[in-house]
This record gives sequence, C-alpha cells and structure tokens, in this order.
Amino acid sequence: MSTPIAPSLAVRRALNPKTDPINGHKGVDLGDGTQLLSVRMAICQALYEEMNRDPSIYIMGEEVAQYNGAYKVTKGLLDIFGAERVVDSPITESGFAGLAVGAAMTGLRPVIEFMSWNFSFVAFDQIISNASKMNYMTGGMFPIPLVMRGPNGAGPRVSSQHSHAVEALYAHFPGLIVVSPSTPYDAKGLMKTALRQNNPVCFLENEMIYNLEQEIPVAEYTVPFGVADLKREGGDCTIVAVSRSVLWSLEAAAELAKEGIECEVLDLRTVKPLDIDAIVRSVRKTSRCVVVEECYRTGGIGAEVAAQLMEHAFDDLDAPVGRVTTTENPMPYAANLEHETLPKPHRIIAAVRAACYR
Amino acid sequence: MPAQLYQVDPIAVRNEIGRERLIALWRQMLTIRRFEERAELAYKAKSIAGFLHLYIGQEAVATGWFAHLNPGIDASVTSYRCHAQAILSGVGIDELMAELYGKATGNVKGKGGSMHFFSKEKKMLGGHGIVGGQIPVGTGAAFSAKYRKSGGVSISFFGDGATPQGTFHESLNMASLWSLPAIYMIENNQYGMGTACSRSNAVESLAETKAVGYGMKSYTFDGLDLFASWKCAQEAIAYVRSESKPVLVEAKTYRYRGHSVSDAGLYRSKEEVERYKELDPIGRVHAAMQQSGWLSDAEAEAIEEEIREQVAACVRFAEQSPEPALSELATHVYAAS
Repeated sequence: MSTPIAPSLAVRRALNPKTDPINGHKGVDLGDGTQLLSVRMAICQALYEEMNRDPSIYIMGEEVAQYNGAYKVTKGLLDIFGAERVVDSPITESGFAGLAVGAAMTGLRPVIEFMSWNFSFVAFDQIISNASKMNYMTGGMFPIPLVMRGPNGAGPRVSSQHSHAVEALYAHFPGLIVVSPSTPYDAKGLMKTALRQNNPVCFLENEMIYNLEQEIPVAEYTVPFGVADLKREGGDCTIVAVSRSVLWSLEAAAELAKEGIECEVLDLRTVKPLDIDAIVRSVRKTSRCVVVEECYRTGGIGAEVAAQLMEHAFDDLDAPVGRVTTTENPMPYAANLEHETLPKPHRIIAAVRAACYR
Repeated sequence: MPAQLYQVDPIAVRNEIGRERLIALWRQMLTIRRFEERAELAYKAKSIAGFLHLYIGQEAVATGWFAHLNPGIDASVTSYRCHAQAILSGVGIDELMAELYGKATGNVKGKGGSMHFFSKEKKMLGGHGIVGGQIPVGTGAAFSAKYRKSGGVSISFFGDGATPQGTFHESLNMASLWSLPAIYMIENNQYGMGTACSRSNAVESLAETKAVGYGMKSYTFDGLDLFASWKCAQEAIAYVRSESKPVLVEAKTYRYRGHSVSDAGLYRSKEEVERYKELDPIGRVHAAMQQSGWLSDAEAEAIEEEIREQVAACVRFAEQSPEPALSELATHVYAAS
C-alpha cells in the first residue's frame, strides 16, 4: 500500500458534486452487506448517522458548511441538517473551540473541525485549560462531550507551519482522548464511539489517506477506544504505528518479508488510552519492537511505548526499542528534504533490521 | 472620551425595586462581603491557600444583574474572581467555604479552590483561571440557548484586563454575527492586576468604543451604584432576551482589596482606595433604605447578625469536613460514558 491513494472510479463518482451533490456520507453499496468507501466518506457517514440519531450534535468550523469542508469531509451535511447544525465559523479557532466548551457544558455535543490540527494551536488554551480539565476541576460536574477533528500530520509539500503531527502533544494531557485511524473501517467506528461518549476527543485524521478505500459493513458497528488492531501478523519484530505510519509500516513489512523478516504491525488506533497490553502481548511473541510515528522523537509516542515496555516487558526484549519518527527539524519544503524528514519505509526497514541485528 | 454613564433616578429605581426586594439585594451583597472577609481571615490564618481573589467593592455589579436572571435557565460564567457569581446563582456558602478549605464537601470536591466555583443546576459555568478564557465559554452557553430554543441568555463577566485578549474580540464577533443572546460584562475595576486600565487599553471607554466595531449595543454604568446596576440590567437583559442579540456592558467599579490576597497594592495610593470606600455600594444601599425609612437600625443589625451566624456556620462546616480521600486523585480525570 502506498500513499496517497487515488480514489477508484466508483468512489470518484460518488464524490463528484455534479453526479452527487449531497451524499458525501454514502458509500458504494456492493450489495452483499458491504459498502466501498474512503476514509473521508467513512468519517462523513459516521457524522451523518450520529447526527440523525442525536439532535444535540452540531458541527462548526471554517468552511464546513457551504464549502462542504476544506477536505470535503462534511460534504452534503449542510443540505441535510441545515445551517443551525452545520455552521460555518469565522477564522476564529480559539473562539469556536471555547464556544464548543460552553455548548458542551449546557447540553450539546459539539463537533468542531480544525481545518488542520496546525490551527489548533490558536485554540490551545481552550483545549487544554478548559476542555481537558473541566470534568476534573468541577469534581465531575461538567463533562465535556466534544469531538475536535481535522487532518493531522504532514500534507503534501506544505512545509513547516502546516505539517505538525500532534498526537503525542495532546496525549500528554490527562482528560483528552487521542484517536488517529488508518482505515475507513476504523475511522467510522471510532468516530461513532467519539460521538457517543462524554470526553473531549482529539480525532486526528490524515489528509494523505482520506482517499484510502475499504469494503466495510453496511450494518452499524463501533470501534472502542484503547484497543489496538493487528494489521499484519509476524513473529520477528513488532512494529507499533498509528495513522499514516501504519501504511508505511505495512510497506516496510512487505519489503522485509522478502528478506525473511516477518513483522507484526500493530495499529494503535487510539494513542490515548494506549493499548499497552496489546503491545506487550506482541512483544512477548517477537521480542523486538520498533515504534513508527509522525511525531518528533523527544517525548513522542515511541518514547512512551519504550518506557512502558521497560516497565512491563523488560525481560522479553532481545533488542533496544527502535524509534522511527519525524526528524527533529521543522518540515522543509524541498521534496527530498521532506521525504527524509518523515518516517518513510526505508527508515523503518533500517530500524527493523537493526532491532533484528541484521 | 469618557462614556456617558447610564442615567437613573435613584428614588424612582428604589421605589420600583420596592422594600422587600431591596432588603434582599442588600442582604445578598452583605453575604458576599462577609463571606469574603471571613475567607480573607482564614487565608491569613493559612487555612486557605493558593490564590484568593476578592470581589469586595464590586458587589453591586453582579448583584444588580443576577436580580434579572434565572440561574438554571440563564447561564453565567466569570473569571477567577468568582465567589459572588456562585453565591448569587444560589450555591450555598457551606460548600463554597469548604471548597476554599480544600475539603471533600467542597463545591467541586476540593479539586478547584477559590478560582473554580461551579453549579450545573444553576448553569454557573465557572470560575476560570485564564484571563479571558471564559468569554468563549459564555458565548457557547448563548449559542446553546439559541440552538435549544430555551429562551435563556448567558452572561459572561470579565475584567478590564481581559479586553485586550483575543478571546474577547472573537466572542463579540461570533455573538453579533450569529445574533446570540449573550451579555458581555466588563467589570472595569480599573486595574488588571497591577496595571492601570489606561496602561493596557488604548481607549478609555471600553464598552462604548468596542461595541461599535462589532455592531452591538452597549451600556456603561456606575458599578458602585446598585440602582444603576439593577436598572441597566433590567433594560439590557430584556433587550437581549427579546431580540436575541448580544450587548457589551461596562461597569465602572473598584476593588478595595488587591488583585489577590498576596497583592500589596503598591501601584495605587491609599488615598485613592479611601476615596472609593466612601462610595461603598453596600453602605449606599443601606443609607438609602435608612433615608426612606425602609430599614431600622434594629432590623439592619438583625440581618447583619443572621449573616454573621451563617458565615460562622460555613466556616465550622468547612473546618469539620474531611479532606478528600486520596483515591479522589484519579477520579473525574475522564467522565463515564
């Protein structure tokens, strides 16, 4: 699997505003109880289904309504649910994030879209000082059922201020849940879970995998928080990854298999809560672990996983835990520099070989 | 240019409020003050720690406005100077004092302290420690009221020190853009911590000048005068409720104590503080009631005594309450789903 992935003809047709102006949420029905859809459509479908079920859910953000979303994730929702529930906001991240906290405290279930998580820093105080602490500092009086969503991680060649991966950053704060799916199935199921629970959720999507397609059930399902998913089985080395890094890891695993190194690829799906049990289970089997992430190395997910493996599986490890992260520099624009900054398959392959002493 | 103050005829307003309601308002103001004076003592005795920001001097502002609100339908939010708003929302002073003492019986179970008083039932949304951080929250409560068609309004209190923050401007813009039933109350006590308003704001009249930029109606009133506060609130809240439009209000007020209890107040003169104490909002209401023969000295003393006893009782309650169990450390980090 490589990214970005071009949408299939069927999905392109479904996304085309000329052939289908409002149905961003509709998958291509395959007639056997499954549907084909992309990550983008899966998130839209979850929003659509949950908004139908629960009138207290509203969506607010920049360009989410009339423009159908900067990345078309909310396509068609304005026409279906109206301007009261799908609200275009001014460019005012701190304002609409704080507004959402107040709305959540008074009975609503806000969904806010950060056009990208890079812009969430403008709203950082509202996310940290208000959303993440409210339930605790009110002694449980005011839970904040809030979903904050938008694309995270490096886009294509958008350089330093538009390429942040924020999963480790937000996972640092108690009170927040951090979700980052890598497939349409997980994206839909996790979004539905996010919209049915009572905590602030950072739902980190990835622009580069919005078009990734999968056949998923038509019937309703959810995916729980805190449960990692094995995306590939193998006995030689565990690769722990999240979001787009899962795809790079699967690419690397396919290459490594040619050398006879079988990797197990564990998709965290939620960075917080972290499914340390699943990681430990896998490491007991493989005795080796490499963590792949788009965050920086210092205080990243790899740092946390490595520390927890020392606590829970010290005697099971045959090699130091490897970390493949974004290199510690702001994202450069030049194509070759960007490529080398990200945790791409060639770096994963090198790290796995090192962990396997090969 | 100083703004034109909202003009009232004190006698007419006094008569409109009527004797019983005026006594009740005076009693509320007095309760807030005696509660805080007692908290200040407890702080000096080290029974209370952390920050303690007192509202003493500003009581007429929140009291006048809460008189026209329905806590529970209407929502309120304020800064770290939050004791008055909690009391006026109807939260009992026992749990508030216990919160200051960091006890398990406290308003938020000992997890918030002085800056974080809340009430779910009364839609009192805090109690916020970051200057200006609560203004979008109040805006959200107004959005919610409109979304749910509850008929409620929201009031966001903040100081003159918060108006330079982005959240203030972002909130005004959203509220006006979407016609939200939101009241924005600048309690201009003339100092943002130790910085005089004139050293942090480019204009003198905060509400009057800034409301124009957002197409909003504004009011500026004498915050040391309960009658002005009450009458201005009556008009403004009726407008917000019936038109579903926001207003920006500035109360010209003063705090007699420091920014917090630890503030020595070297940025202003003792004479200035004394001058304002002569305008004490509670004393003025008392005098007005005496002049009109609505309250005898004996009646006043009886009310004072009652409040003294209530405050003493809340201190006893706080002192006798247990500390939170250590197991509370990890509760409420996440809400149950």
